[in-house]
Order: sequence, then structure tokens, then C-alpha cells
Amino acid sequence: MRAEVARSMLRGAGILAGFAVFGALLVAITWESTAERIAANERAFLLRTLADVLPAGAYDNAVHEDFITVTDAALLGTRAPITVYRARLRNRPVAVVMTPVAPGGYNGPIRLLVGILADGTVSGVRVVSHRETPGLGDRIEVERDDWILDFDGRSLGQPPRERWAVRRDEGVFDQFTGATITARAVVSAVRDALIYFETHRDALFAAPAGAAELPLPLPADDEGTE
Amino acid sequence: MSGRVAEVIKTGLWTNNAGLVQLLGLCPLLAVSTSFINGLGLGLATTLVLVASNLTVSVIREFVRPEIRIPVFVLVIASFVTAVELAMNAWFHELFRILGIFIPLIVTNCAIIGRAEAFASRQPPGLAALDGLAMGTGFTGVLVTLGAARELIGQGTLFAGAHMMFGEGARAIELQLLDGGFLLALLPPGAFLGLGLMVAAKNLVDARLQRRRSAAPAASADAAGEPA
Repeated sequence: MRAEVARSMLRGAGILAGFAVFGALLVAITWESTAERIAANERAFLLRTLADVLPAGAYDNAVHEDFITVTDAALLGTRAPITVYRARLRNRPVAVVMTPVAPGGYNGPIRLLVGILADGTVSGVRVVSHRETPGLGDRIEVERDDWILDFDGRSLGQPPRERWAVRRDEGVFDQFTGATITARAVVSAVRDALIYFETHRDALFAAPAGAAELPLPLPADDEGTE
Repeated sequence: MSGRVAEVIKTGLWTNNAGLVQLLGLCPLLAVSTSFINGLGLGLATTLVLVASNLTVSVIREFVRPEIRIPVFVLVIASFVTAVELAMNAWFHELFRILGIFIPLIVTNCAIIGRAEAFASRQPPGLAALDGLAMGTGFTGVLVTLGAARELIGQGTLFAGAHMMFGEGARAIELQLLDGGFLLALLPPGAFLGLGLMVAAKNLVDARLQRRRSAAPAASADAAGEPA
């Protein structure tokens, strides 16, 4: 009787193990056949978004390969190192794209791309990822609203630093009905990125490319670093 | 056999609709139905998983013993969901970015394990796959209807984001029908209200059909005498 129970248990375990192998194989095969395409998608997405926040045709280097990583918890919104891409024209600095985090999002951190020209003017801001409320906070996405384009051409003097805020806080930027927190988080993150850039401009352009850490939006196994 | 086929299709699409009658999979249903295209994307992914898991469960039903069937179902479903997730990431990258967490969460859609347990584990593979297709299509129908309604009322557009699924050419069908919209429709309450209204509408139609059916035999009882 006992032997019978044991045999039945073993058979059950065997079948279960068989299916675990089947599942793992299925996932492994799919992974194998999609990994390259997914990495290419991620890279294409990165290139496209980098191009979105940089002035078209004003640079001639491979921006996605010319990056360094920096850390500044107070101004960049995270203790983790963030990536700064450098755009150059004939080796002269044109702009950087910073990837700060807006920690004060309504449902968690909002990851941004902030393009800043060498003179400290914003060339473009885009949201990389967020968890804001659909229909309210997701208007920070450029596909849904023009709001994020309002940063273009601004700098720390334009508007003056104390007016880098949403209207409710006596600033110049619109907030969304029902999602003031989201707008506020993005505005302060962009302002802080500008402040960081202003203090570290020369070091950012001068540092040798290819830092130890990988660029953030790329998967960890990607190329682009030594 | 053809009677069974028709019944399976009708059950999945209408009489036992996953969204409107079983009220299964409400979490993704309510969260993702903010636009037609989002609904369609999640609906198709769910349908794909349903067909694959129903088919597999039916094929293996003979030698998977009852005491281990649930873990086996979970393994099978989780594997297919992961495969679908990877495939969407590879071929519908933009849509994948929007649907995000709700693709892996298909695993937790009770409609899928429910069909595996209640139907596929007792039926031949063909019928089980058909059941998955019908159930998935019924679920997709609810998703796109609710999605279209919420999108139209909430932001005045229809088929926004179609290019993410059908390529750049599909931008032509992205319509801006109203100027602005009624925000509530896009918020969670809008999802509940919309689904509630859809359930009510279905019950209304059913009640009307029922009345007509019970009125009809009385009128034609002596004429035909056809079995019900």
C-alpha cells in the first residue's frame, strides 16, 4: 500500500517535472528567436527618442555610444547612476541628453530624457516610462498631449528659476486637471537637470566616453561599452 | 458535431461571455480598456493564450492525473503567456510598451485557467481550441467595445494608436470625432460604469429574446409543433 502511494507520488512528480521542462523549453525557444529583435527594438527606440530631444542635423556623432554615467541623488532624482549622452559636431560639444528620474510621480518615479544644448537651453524633454493615471497623468506623453513640448527653448533664466513650477505654485507651466502632482514632478526634475548641467557642463563633455555602467534604457547584455 | 460547434461558439461569444457573464478577468479588462487599440491588443494576446492553453490542456488530458492538473495548467499557461509577451515585445514593440504589465498579468486571468479546468480538460482538442477561440473573441469583443466607448467619451477619439498595431498606414483611421471629452470615462469609475451598462444591455437583450421566444410557441403551437 505504502509502496503504491509512493509510486503514485513519484509519477505525479515526474509528470510535473516533464511539464516544467516543456514550459522552460517553450520560453527558451521563444526567447532565443526574439532576443535579437527585442534588443534591436530597444536600441531603435533609444535612438529615436534621443533624436527627438536633440536638434535635428546639429550633431554628427553616434550619440547612443557617446555616454557617461553620473550620480547625484539630490538633483537627478535617484541614487543610482544615470546616463548622460553627448551630442557633438566635429568633436565640439553641441548638447547632452540626460536621463534623470522625477521621483515625485503620483504612482512612482517618472523616467525622463532631457536634451540640453551647450548653452543651457532645453532642446527637448520626453518621458521614457511612468505609471501615472491613464487619462490624467499620461498627458506627459508626447503622443497624448503637447504639454511636454512647452519645455523646448527654456533655460534657467527663461523663466527665472523661482517660476520653474506649475501655475498652481505660481510658476509658468500648465498643470493638468487632476494631475498636478505629475506635472509638478516633471517640471522640478527638468529644472534640477538644468541646474546639474549648469554646474557640471565642462566635466560632462570632457569625461571620456564609455563609463563602467551601461546606458539605462538598453538591456543589460547590450553592446556599446568596453 | 456541428450542433456542438455552434453551441461552443455561441457560449463563448454570448451566453457565457467571459467579460459580461462570467465576469472573469476584470482586472485587465477594466484597466486596459481605455482605448479601442489597447483593448484589441490585450484581447488578441489573451485569445492567443486561451487557444494555445486550451489545445494543450485537451491534448494532455488523458495522462495528467487530477491531483496534479492545476499546477500543470498553471505551468502551461504561464509558459504560453511568457512566449506571447516576448513575441509582442519583438513584433509590436510600441503596443507592448503601453500594455506593459497587463501582458504578463494574463497569467492571472481566471478566464484562462477556468476554461482549462471546466472545458478543455474534458473535451477533444478541436473543440477545446474552438472554445478558446470563441471565449477569447467574446472577451476581445467586450474589451474593444468598452475601449471604444471610453475612448470616444473620454477623449473624443476612435482607433487612436492604430499605427502601433497595423503600421504607419493605419494613421488614416485614427479619428478625432469630438473636441475634448468627458474625463470620467477614462478613469476607473468610467470602466466600472461602462461595464455595468454593457452587462445591463446584454441582460436586456436576453430578456427581450426570452419574451419573444415564449410568445412564439403559443402563436405557432398548432401550426408547426417543432421541438424546442
